[in-house]
Amino acid sequence: MSAESKKLAYNETFDCIQCGTCLPACPTYKTMGKETQSPRGRINLVKMAAEGKIDLDKLKEPIDLCLGCRACERVCPTNVHYGRILESAKEALYEKEKKSGSPLKRFEGNLFYKQVFPKKQMMDTAGTLLWFYQKSGLKTVAHKTGITKWLPDNLETFEKVTPDLSSPGQRHHRPKKMEPHQKPLYKIGFFTGCIMDTMFDRINDLSMKLLSACGCEVIAVEGQKCCGALHSHGGRSEQARELARQNIESFEKESLDYIVNNAGGCGAMLSEYPHLFQDDDEWRERAERFSERSVDISVILSKLKLPIKKKINRRITYQPSCHMTNVQKVVAEPVRLIRMVCGPCFHELDEPNFCCGSAGIYNVVNFDESMKILDVKMADVKDKHPDFIVTTNPGCLLQMKAGIEREHLTDRVQVIHLVELLAEACDID
Amino acid sequence: MQTEADQQLKQIIHDPGRILFREEDLVSYGYDASFGFYKPDLVVQAASAEEVAGILKLANRYKIPVTPRGQASSLSGGPLPVKGGIVLDLSQWNDKLIIDSEDMVAVVSPGVVTAQIDKAASKYGLMYPPDPGSSQVSTIAGNLAENSGGPRCLKYGVTKDYVIGLKVVTPQGEIIHTGGRTVKNVTGYDLTKLIVGSEGTLGVITEATLRLIPRPPASRTLMVIFDHFVDSGTMVTRVLTSGILPSKIEMMDQASIQAVEAYQPLGLPTDAEAILLIELDGHPAAIADELEKIREIAANSGARKVTVAESDDDARELWKARKLVSPAIVRNKPTKISEDATVPRSKIPEFCSRLAQIKKKYQIDLVVFGHAGDGNLHPNIICDKRNKEEMKVVEKAVEAIFQAALDLGGTLSGEHGIGTMKSAYMPWEFGPQELDMMKRIKTAWDPNNILNPSKIFPVPGQKLVLSE
Ligand SMILES: Cc1cc2nc3c(=O)[nH]c(=O)nc-3n(C[C@H](O)[C@H](O)[C@H](O)COP(=O)(O)OP(=O)(O)OC[C@H]3O[C@@H](n4cnc5c(N)ncnc54)[C@H](O)[C@@H]3O)c2cc1C
Ligand code: SF4
Ligand code: SF4
Repeated sequence: MSAESKKLAYNETFDCIQCGTCLPACPTYKTMGKETQSPRGRINLVKMAAEGKIDLDKLKEPIDLCLGCRACERVCPTNVHYGRILESAKEALYEKEKKSGSPLKRFEGNLFYKQVFPKKQMMDTAGTLLWFYQKSGLKTVAHKTGITKWLPDNLETFEKVTPDLSSPGQRHHRPKKMEPHQKPLYKIGFFTGCIMDTMFDRINDLSMKLLSACGCEVIAVEGQKCCGALHSHGGRSEQARELARQNIESFEKESLDYIVNNAGGCGAMLSEYPHLFQDDDEWRERAERFSERSVDISVILSKLKLPIKKKINRRITYQPSCHMTNVQKVVAEPVRLIRMVCGPCFHELDEPNFCCGSAGIYNVVNFDESMKILDVKMADVKDKHPDFIVTTNPGCLLQMKAGIEREHLTDRVQVIHLVELLAEACDID
Repeated sequence: MQTEADQQLKQIIHDPGRILFREEDLVSYGYDASFGFYKPDLVVQAASAEEVAGILKLANRYKIPVTPRGQASSLSGGPLPVKGGIVLDLSQWNDKLIIDSEDMVAVVSPGVVTAQIDKAASKYGLMYPPDPGSSQVSTIAGNLAENSGGPRCLKYGVTKDYVIGLKVVTPQGEIIHTGGRTVKNVTGYDLTKLIVGSEGTLGVITEATLRLIPRPPASRTLMVIFDHFVDSGTMVTRVLTSGILPSKIEMMDQASIQAVEAYQPLGLPTDAEAILLIELDGHPAAIADELEKIREIAANSGARKVTVAESDDDARELWKARKLVSPAIVRNKPTKISEDATVPRSKIPEFCSRLAQIKKKYQIDLVVFGHAGDGNLHPNIICDKRNKEEMKVVEKAVEAIFQAALDLGGTLSGEHGIGTMKSAYMPWEFGPQELDMMKRIKTAWDPNNILNPSKIFPVPGQKLVLSE
């Protein structure tokens, strides 16, 4: 067995009894229609690769095409740790690429070239342009966080033709700390998140104001970094671990009741920090202390009394973040909050747990597949005739915007973050 | 495969995306939910009867084995391509699901997921009763091929009781229609019922006409807890002879109760030897009346406690215990051998005591739960397939379970099918004449033995092998 294959989570694959319960939950199985692109298929491939029965390379495409949404994990009757199996496969593949000497940059550049560049004509349509514009903002984020190292250089080409996003330097200055008038109910460390802070800093501001208006002391802890989710999902565990250590250290400096974030994907990563330190007792314990206190903003807001000033009388639907549902297991709270401010105008999706196809940078590297998944989602959305689509994660927010562009619904439907909806109801801006 | 055959295949299936031959694809169609792995040479995803007919004609010409496959949730090895050749994937052919509320029938493509049929029927106040535990996953053709059952079958019967017409492609590639659209139909041999339960060895189902019934307006669930296992058996018999036919009677033994409590505490009594979950359906007034009678029977059968669900949420909460059995029992060891040997209803208590003896004799981790109402208990053996020694013992214990069921006048399989898993034991249940008659039917339909070979019929010297 090669050193890379040893990285595969072989033992975890035995928990899979191949019952197939996960098949209907898997977006890629639905859109691609192949067992190879299903959770059961992928687990089998990892197992066979670990046993040396197939070459590690055979895993590459099915693993690349997995959204990592982990809907399979939520429905699995035997609690297969699919997330770990997936991450182990990504790491093994990454290690192999690195070792095989093929310049990683070129390989990823190729991938990007193959998947996105030839579709330039497609991107020219109004729908994809916006998506593309928004996504290329990722590059700005990438600079800040050091992900650039492994993002394709070609992204630069695209960046040139797109308007600049506000750089961190240009952004207005948010107070580092917000204190309520009375004795604070909770002392909260706010996790700003790199994408949220680059592209949606207004939502971060509103989040802190909301928490403060509910009686909390809120600190935007200094020295915090990107959560590391994109690195981890890209098989770069060592980089993810480094970011985790820096975050844990930064938040340890304050004595906090909670560490609050407003991005489902980041929150999921923060909640799984202990997984990164399986072989390191000291850091695992520190990570456990961190993760225990890390929660999504909807969880905290549900515990507090929101100063609601008005009802939002518009048709609303909600696209939950997969990682919030399947990893953080936060399901009821956002719905409860939405119902609180908009009552009967809330129309739940038929299949809320079906991924929107954003999935980190999936929609950049697997554009076609992502759009097929988005089309399934949009059919469900359109059926609800919403004025607002509420989301809880920046990736989903962008993807849903791309979705309404593709469906030519921009003048009728708006995509907003849950925090924006709540802030509006509380007259906070 | 010969390149010539390859060429011809491309003319039958125009969309090259539905012909799979890369290694990663082939190995993804080599398993089901049971044991064993066989790599096919090719996977074809068919989408019309004409395509299926073309493939079977081709397969006959070149003597290529063809194995139909739904979602591969079979627990008996049915969709495994034991002899290689072509896996004919029908799971993606799911475009037709028509409910005709006047004729009270559903017409469906083979790949339609079972639960979708009942969901569609419910919009018209109708019901498709067969509800295998896998109904959210399994395809209707897979259900038809295995003649699947489920909890609701106690009152409503199994899959074969609801199919009235089929469109089938014979192994030689002829498209035939069996049955029709009427509930009553005695014209000619009943080929429909012959195809049902034939495990994909006599023909490929390409369309089915299913009978629907009015949906009962209400249902109620109750949980009955017993100190002594035998009392639960007594209660089942008494209920069923009292003029009440519940829609479901499910049983959990002490081992499964304890496993569930250790997995997710629901407040079940771990010292109880058995729990019965009973669901009544029908007119609300009738249910209320039956409920009182059942309470009485429970009290007279030595039940410790009866809990009646007051709302749908309550009922879901009660059923949760049964739902959690599967995940709960595989917590310590990963492998679950799900047996479905079935005995006449009256022999349930005796079967259970034989199971207890087997558990003790072989020192195996044996959990018993399932459809107590119709004698289709599911003894589950929990083990680790990586442990060869352990699996040898498990193989012996499984044989002992088969023997016990047959001794009591039962059968090897109530609903999962024979496939590869139980074929070695067919001679235990049938004499040579009976097996020969079945074989002659198979040969008449499939003279070249190309459709799903190596299933159902025993191969000389074959034994159950559960280790890898
Ligand atoms: C968790 C779990 C719970 C289960 N619970 C139950 C239960 O309660 N009751 C029960 O009866 N079973 C149960 N099963 C077993 C299984 O789900 C059923 O046998 C089901 O009918 C298989 O359907 P499938 O679509 O997965 O078919 P597959 O497993 O793919 O195939 C089953 C058989 O059907 C044949 N076949 C498939 N499609 C066609 C076609 N178009 N034409 C001809 N032959 C075809 C195959 O060759 C094979 O022999 C359970 C399985 C699991 C994993
Ligand atoms: S639901 Fe779980 S056990 Fe079943 S096939 Fe999927 S991963 Fe495996
Ligand atoms: S993580 Fe999502 S896309 Fe990947 S296998 Fe699971 S359900 Fe499918």
